[in-house]
Amino acid sequence: MKLKLTTLALGAVMAAGPVMADLVFPSLSYRTGPYAAGGIPFADGYADYFTLLNERDGGIGGVMTKLIECETGYNTEKGVECYESTKGEGALVYQPLSTGITYQLIPKVTADNIPLHTMGYGRTSAANGEVFSNVFNYPANYWNGASGVVNYLLESNGGDLKGKKIALVYHNSAYGKEPIRTLEELSAKHGFELLALPVDHPGQEQKSQWLQIRRERPDFVTMWGWGVMNQVAIQEAANIRFPMENFIGVWWSGAEHDVMSAGDAADGYKALTFHNVGRDFPVFHHIQKYVVDTGKAAGAGDQIGTVLYNRGMYAAMLAAEAAKTAQGIHGTADINAAMMRDGMEALEINEAKMADLGMPNFGPSFNVSCENHGGPGLVGVTQWDASSKTWSLISDFKPTDGDVIGALVAEDSGAYAAENKITPNCN
Amino acid sequence: MFYREAGDFKTSYEQDSQTFPIKFDRFRYYAVLAIAFLVVPFVINDYWANAILLPFLIYAIAAIGLNILVGYAGQVSLGTGGFMAVGAYACYKFMTMMPEVSMFVHVLLAGGMTAIVCVVFGLPSLRIKGFYLAVATLAAQFFLVWLFNRVPWFYNYSASGQISAPERDVFGILITGPNAPAWATYMFSLIFLTLCALVARNLTRGTIGRSWMAIRDMDIAAEIIGVNPLKAKLTAFAVSGFFIGISGALFFSVYLGAVEVGEAFGITKSFLVLFMVIIGGLGSIFGSFAGAAFLVLLPVVLKVVGVDVLGWPTDIVAHFQLVIVGALIIVFLIVEPHGLAQLWRVAKEKLRLWPFPH
Repeated sequence: MKLKLTTLALGAVMAAGPVMADLVFPSLSYRTGPYAAGGIPFADGYADYFTLLNERDGGIGGVMTKLIECETGYNTEKGVECYESTKGEGALVYQPLSTGITYQLIPKVTADNIPLHTMGYGRTSAANGEVFSNVFNYPANYWNGASGVVNYLLESNGGDLKGKKIALVYHNSAYGKEPIRTLEELSAKHGFELLALPVDHPGQEQKSQWLQIRRERPDFVTMWGWGVMNQVAIQEAANIRFPMENFIGVWWSGAEHDVMSAGDAADGYKALTFHNVGRDFPVFHHIQKYVVDTGKAAGAGDQIGTVLYNRGMYAAMLAAEAAKTAQGIHGTADINAAMMRDGMEALEINEAKMADLGMPNFGPSFNVSCENHGGPGLVGVTQWDASSKTWSLISDFKPTDGDVIGALVAEDSGAYAAENKITPNCN
Repeated sequence: MFYREAGDFKTSYEQDSQTFPIKFDRFRYYAVLAIAFLVVPFVINDYWANAILLPFLIYAIAAIGLNILVGYAGQVSLGTGGFMAVGAYACYKFMTMMPEVSMFVHVLLAGGMTAIVCVVFGLPSLRIKGFYLAVATLAAQFFLVWLFNRVPWFYNYSASGQISAPERDVFGILITGPNAPAWATYMFSLIFLTLCALVARNLTRGTIGRSWMAIRDMDIAAEIIGVNPLKAKLTAFAVSGFFIGISGALFFSVYLGAVEVGEAFGITKSFLVLFMVIIGGLGSIFGSFAGAAFLVLLPVVLKVVGVDVLGWPTDIVAHFQLVIVGALIIVFLIVEPHGLAQLWRVAKEKLRLWPFPH
């Protein structure tokens, strides 16, 4: 018995002893609840890319990565619990995939000096790195998205939107409300009329909103939806025979599961994106070889190559590249969260790097700097083809209205800085 | 053996009518207070504060508030989430309008504001009861959430409609904001919970509490013997609203720091607090504590056991959680409809006779 206890104790010590600490990447995922349809592919992509790095390259810079998954259910209280329970493990970067949780975490990560990467969601004005030192939202944010929709419509309407009516169907939460300010500014600038229609959580009930659309006959409908709300909206649009070509969702409203349920009626539906779609990239062969065939794929393994899987993988890629950059800056493979922050701020993504990683032309090239945590804000448009069940990129990544967005970012981040007594500073 | 009245002599009425007439109970109560106030603040860390203790303390205040309304006065309410939102938004407006005032005052004012709103929505209770009142309070829930979403003044015209707690202090110690130390937020909530529990306990033992219970048990009979139903029902709504408002204010400012009304104070919150009261025990202060502890701790325990110890996938554990919590609620309602408080009461009766049950 005594021997047993000693062995046990020894075993415990050996297990706990830090031979070489792993690089910890917490994944605040949601595989349950009304938003699980979007949460699962993202979490799978995020996890699989780190598994790939471990299996193929032996981690990042020789240090293995470790993914800690924590289920938030898209719920802020559980998100806080997840944050608190994982931050002690040496978490390098948080990506909660929820605007609500992001708002909770912004002050917390700043106090704890851990970076937060909210790729294409979260608080848009965090693009101003002088105020939001630990928050990053490259390569694109909601206001780029709003401007991207308007730019695309301008382009397809000969540069003139005067007298047109654009309806915004949005999730009635911080997430859905984000683009309104920008769209209002843009409607003043380009002379179109904006009709904002909120949909309450979780979004299964949208009859009245679509009835209103039928009555008001907007020329275009854009959507800030997530989870079950997307499917319902596309189905409702099909029910009122709204032309799908004139219906453009943000990047969170444009995945396979959103359009599948409406069947052929969803053909022609468009959605924004800030990265490429499909599985026609060398990296997927690697994932097949090192992750799927070895039985290490996350979740059910049936999401590979879907839009949100690609986005999760892209997020993981950007995190891994930032970690590499941090290792280079600080000259140590064993980085901590503060070093990771420096790495993210010095991140450079270019075509050669992406091609090296097996992801040629997967996303835009960009550099992050202390002043600009938001990246270039290049937005592309994808379209759904219901017969071949694929998304394809129909408009390449193009710049958005920097003047309007820059002014709004400066205004909103300035208000935040004043409220929280932050002196904007970059040194 | 330890737990009995024998030998514990009371020589005055005060002693006889104290909250814990049995010596063992009384010392246990002092010990709990001493540990909570003198030991926990020194050992607490961020995880324990933010993931376990703060939600427990804050939900316990909400459960006490709802218990007064549902358990003592018999007025069914499904508007708890909405009333907590009133507390949170009132607290936010006070915090931003009067930044120099102590956080204590903000929370108390938020409670007062909620009491007023709660009384207004309690007015229909004079005419309707039971299920119909539940529906009226349900309307309050939806109306209040809609209101805070719709009127930008409540969230100071912020672009996202979120409210975020700025840094505020009490005697120079930060209570809200990310830099507030864990012990300070814990102590702040604990002080409010202790005060609320003491007030609630003594109110329910006095005239007001007795009039509430009379109304609950049979309103016509109560009216005939001279209980004023207007006064009894509206005071119940006011006191309940005050407590729920305090919990809402703490929930927003101390615990979460940023909330979005639809997500944080939706109908699920009303049900959660109602489940706490039902599982804990209707008409019992201890039951409010037990119910809050049960529903806050159970998911955390299940997560730790499932994910960290057994290494199961997170989604399976999350689904199991729903199954287990649901099953436990049904089991409780069948086996012990009076809740955890009744189990405790029975245990105490047994202990009193132990070891000679006959």
